[in-house]
Amino acid sequence: MNQIQCFTRKVTTQLAAFSILALPLATTAQVAHADQITFVSQGGAYQEAQTKAILDPVAQSLGITINQESAPDAWPMIRTQGATGQPIWDVVDTPTFNCIRGGEQGLIEPLDFSRIPNAESMPDGYKTPYSVAYEFYSSVLAYNPETYGDHPPQTWKDFWDIDNFPGPRALRNNPLGTLEAALMADGVAPDELYPLDVDRAYEKLEEIKPYIATWWTSGGQSAQLLHDGEVDMIMMWNGRVSSIIDAGAPAAFTYNQGVLQSTHLCVIKDAPNLDTAMKFVNAAIAPDVQADLPKYIDYGPGNPAAFQTDRISKARAAELPSSPENAAKQALMAYEWWSSPEGVEAERRWLEFMQQ
Amino acid sequence: MKETTLPNPGLQAMPKDNSARFQRREHHLMLALLMPALLIVTLLLIVPLGWMIAQSFQVNGSFSLEHYERVLTDGVYWRTFGLTFRISFIVTLAALLLGYPLAYAATVLPRRWSLMILALVIVPFWTSVLVRAYAWLILLQRSGVINQTLMGLGLTDAPLALVHNEFGTIIATVHILLPFMVLPLYATMQKIPRDLMLAGASLGGSPMHVFWRVFFPLSLSGVLAGMTLVFVLCLGFYITPELMGGGRTVMASMLVSRNIQLYVEWGAASAVSVVLLLMVVSIFYLVSRLVSMERILGVK
Repeated sequence: MNQIQCFTRKVTTQLAAFSILALPLATTAQVAHADQITFVSQGGAYQEAQTKAILDPVAQSLGITINQESAPDAWPMIRTQGATGQPIWDVVDTPTFNCIRGGEQGLIEPLDFSRIPNAESMPDGYKTPYSVAYEFYSSVLAYNPETYGDHPPQTWKDFWDIDNFPGPRALRNNPLGTLEAALMADGVAPDELYPLDVDRAYEKLEEIKPYIATWWTSGGQSAQLLHDGEVDMIMMWNGRVSSIIDAGAPAAFTYNQGVLQSTHLCVIKDAPNLDTAMKFVNAAIAPDVQADLPKYIDYGPGNPAAFQTDRISKARAAELPSSPENAAKQALMAYEWWSSPEGVEAERRWLEFMQQ
Repeated sequence: MKETTLPNPGLQAMPKDNSARFQRREHHLMLALLMPALLIVTLLLIVPLGWMIAQSFQVNGSFSLEHYERVLTDGVYWRTFGLTFRISFIVTLAALLLGYPLAYAATVLPRRWSLMILALVIVPFWTSVLVRAYAWLILLQRSGVINQTLMGLGLTDAPLALVHNEFGTIIATVHILLPFMVLPLYATMQKIPRDLMLAGASLGGSPMHVFWRVFFPLSLSGVLAGMTLVFVLCLGFYITPELMGGGRTVMASMLVSRNIQLYVEWGAASAVSVVLLLMVVSIFYLVSRLVSMERILGVK
């Protein structure tokens, strides 16, 4: 629980303020009462970006009040609200993993997709019975261009190739995404990864283990490693690489064979404002508002239809992890597999691998 | 303590039964004054601790020893506890070797110097653990100050691996825990009468001889107190090994957080905490047979 820092930020949109002013005029109090939700995301620059791109416009168009909260690790709170049977949250933006296991444990509402028409055009891999993709990021191969010059690494095979691409490397201290990279290095095609061949992945990881200078744990640490030249090659999140490139560090990355990851929107079981919550989920993945997210942050829209609007320039789309061109080069993480018993066992095995 | 509970001289003249009643009343008053503190400790420490222990015996709400079975049979846990104890042991020895001369210097040097030594030990203590870990990272990493200096002097061709491993973890941890060694040592050494050393010298003992035969044995309780504090605190270290250990240095506290993420059961993490807590309590118990608890905690 130590990492949980919850703070509440009431966002009162102009319209919401207007509706409060108009309250004495309303015939029943029910009107104002029903039209609000509590929305939870992960805080920081990311939550600010979506407030401008998505939350404020949606609040305005639906005529609702969105009360925002932040929980970098929402899972313990989701569990507690389920256990006490007194949910206070409505919609959560959280790693897809949480939505699936929450759904399986009866803590998350199944989504009625007939009420979410905006999800219809989205690929099946972007939806689960309990959730729908909200935004995308990617675990990519990043490197120091000064070290590799005209011949930079482009695939995980190159990352594993010590002779042609010398230099210390770093991987994330977590099997999610890392096992996928190992299998791609071993020749598995990005769209044929699942179910993961866990034994084969760990065997391949043993090969590269002596050359891994650091197994990073936080996004900030991965940025520092590449920025300071501690490593020449690293698997890290695309937003973190672009931020150090912007800061002038010698860094570059490729989306080729990246592992496309996402956070999803899901609704808490028996949420206090269930009906409004479902309306919100549909509105929040509408192509237009989704298309505005990359204006404020280096994350890609969860709904690919956003790229068919005229709101994202071609140049900007080329930088985003979920644009159709970039998505085609990558592997889409299957969170269902990771939350299956095989996935949990693969995760448990990680520490054993690290200690040997 | 005795003086404060004794009635004042005027009351002593009263009949005996009256004085007993007075004493009883004062005891009740003391208890009432202690109540807020006792309540806070009970609510914020004892109750959560009991809850944590209860959780460790539960799986999906019913009694189970599953978590303990896992902790006690899976090799991962033993290796982690082994590494945690090894690191704590090395850190304690290193802190003693660095801390003893510091505390000794602070005791024997003129006041101006001893204040400066103590300030140098304590001021970093006020800096965040996170900041100090990153500072060490800057010094120790491949492109860091130390490696660049060594390579500049031609002492080594390739950068040394000083961090992202156990070595880096130990260096940063020793730095953070040093005050917990120096302060009890200094407190103990302060109380050793200087006359004893003069007496030893007047009987013909060389300075070295007097130090080892007189001063050192008298400072032993401080040594034990400092070592216990550093060892026990080190067992629970989390941020430093996480940042400096390069992912390979997995200490017990890191298992706690990993178990919450992995098993999604408080009990899985609680069981690790309870085992670690039992180990710490046993160490405290063993040490308390050698030296009084009050001295370790700095009460006396």
